[in-house]
Amino acid sequence: MVLKEQAYDIILIGGSAGSIPVCVSLLKALKKDQPVPVVLIIHRMRNVVSELDKLLSKETGIKKITEPEDKQSISSGKVYLAPQNYHLLFEEDASFSLDYSDPIHYSRPSIDVSFESAALVYGTKVLAILLSGANADGAKGLSLLAELGADCWVQDPATAEYPAMPSAAMALSDKLKVLTEDQMKERLHEL
Amino acid sequence: MVIPGRPELAAHEFEQLLHMLHHVYGYDFSGYSKSSLQRRIHKFMDDKQVNSGTALIQLLAGDVVSFNHFLETITVNVTEMFRDPLFYKSLREKVLPVLATYPQINIWHAGCSTGEEVFSLCILLFEAGLLNRTRIYATDINAANLEKARTGVLPMHHMREYTVNYRQSGATNDFSDYYTALYDHVLINKEIRERVVFLQHNLVTDRSFNEFQLVLCRNVMIYFNKQLQNKVLRLFYDSLSSLGFLGLGMKESLLFSEHKSKFTMVDPAVKLFRKKH
Repeated sequence: MVLKEQAYDIILIGGSAGSIPVCVSLLKALKKDQPVPVVLIIHRMRNVVSELDKLLSKETGIKKITEPEDKQSISSGKVYLAPQNYHLLFEEDASFSLDYSDPIHYSRPSIDVSFESAALVYGTKVLAILLSGANADGAKGLSLLAELGADCWVQDPATAEYPAMPSAAMALSDKLKVLTEDQMKERLHEL
Repeated sequence: MVIPGRPELAAHEFEQLLHMLHHVYGYDFSGYSKSSLQRRIHKFMDDKQVNSGTALIQLLAGDVVSFNHFLETITVNVTEMFRDPLFYKSLREKVLPVLATYPQINIWHAGCSTGEEVFSLCILLFEAGLLNRTRIYATDINAANLEKARTGVLPMHHMREYTVNYRQSGATNDFSDYYTALYDHVLINKEIRERVVFLQHNLVTDRSFNEFQLVLCRNVMIYFNKQLQNKVLRLFYDSLSSLGFLGLGMKESLLFSEHKSKFTMVDPAVKLFRKKH
């Protein structure tokens, strides 16, 4: 038997205002035994107790969505949520590193920071998706991944609750696939 | 992986750079976590418009002023008062009552940056009536941070956020009692700061210097790789008195460490540990 080679080593989904419902529906579209790790980078408030990990687990029916701790290994098939008030980076030994430097675009976690770090470690083996949001975080990182040749999708701004974020990415690169929520779901289900 | 539009820092140049920094300046970054170190080296190269790894090595090897800028860029100095209020609440409720049983309390705050979390700790100790019998050794790798911390002056524009944090930490007083506002800055009261000694200390190369009932090192070891984290945890273990407490950042874990079995967890909601014996 020949195993199908995985197109991706990691799937990254970035979003801000208006992205959570889309994020939930994308996660639900993934097959249960889909082996590629998924990392969510979603803007949140700092210094308030957030239960977004539990909320997402409940909404998606995925058994457990966890916030990684520093130096935790990245396991196949798992879904991770970037912890609030840290930037989330990737190490060459397939583990996470956290970083508490200044917010980027007023955001920590910053989507740009995670996308750029993934570019260095995973190169073209990244699928990066940028969803609804009200600022430009993620645009630079996504365009950089696209220039490298990684597969990059943006939520069609016409269908995004807050179009600023996908629009900002489209202004920086013409190598992005502009997809509706349903189109993204179909493609994710094929993985 | 070469990133388009970014100055290249090839793997061998990265190694050469670390080697030079160690031999010329005595700073060993080989145990730092590669992802965030690389990110900040790139930031320095962008800011100073240095276009290649070779140019960076030449610049830093020959110029102490540039090296000092470099050091400030690559050591993260971001901090806030009462960061993670729940952590401070747990310190108040679970640790201070135990510290109160000691006639003289020694605390090491490692990686204190510009002092915001040290002053937060001092306020807790003051409110528990313990400050006047406590000595706090606050250390950092970066001399410029310590200079700032010693002044007790903080920018005004974060005080509203700090006030909210303070209240959530189980506060008993009015936060504004602890500082005097001066235009766009505040000065933390001297009586709050007077039990603190700020000292330069490098966790990578320097040794323990006392015995402590509490060691705080929050969001410092995230910049280290697993091997260096193990080494530093050993240093903390050796520096703690029997049944002493260790406080880490909210997403730092002992789970991936070889010293995991030497500590018990005090509060699973925050990263507070206790040396077993």
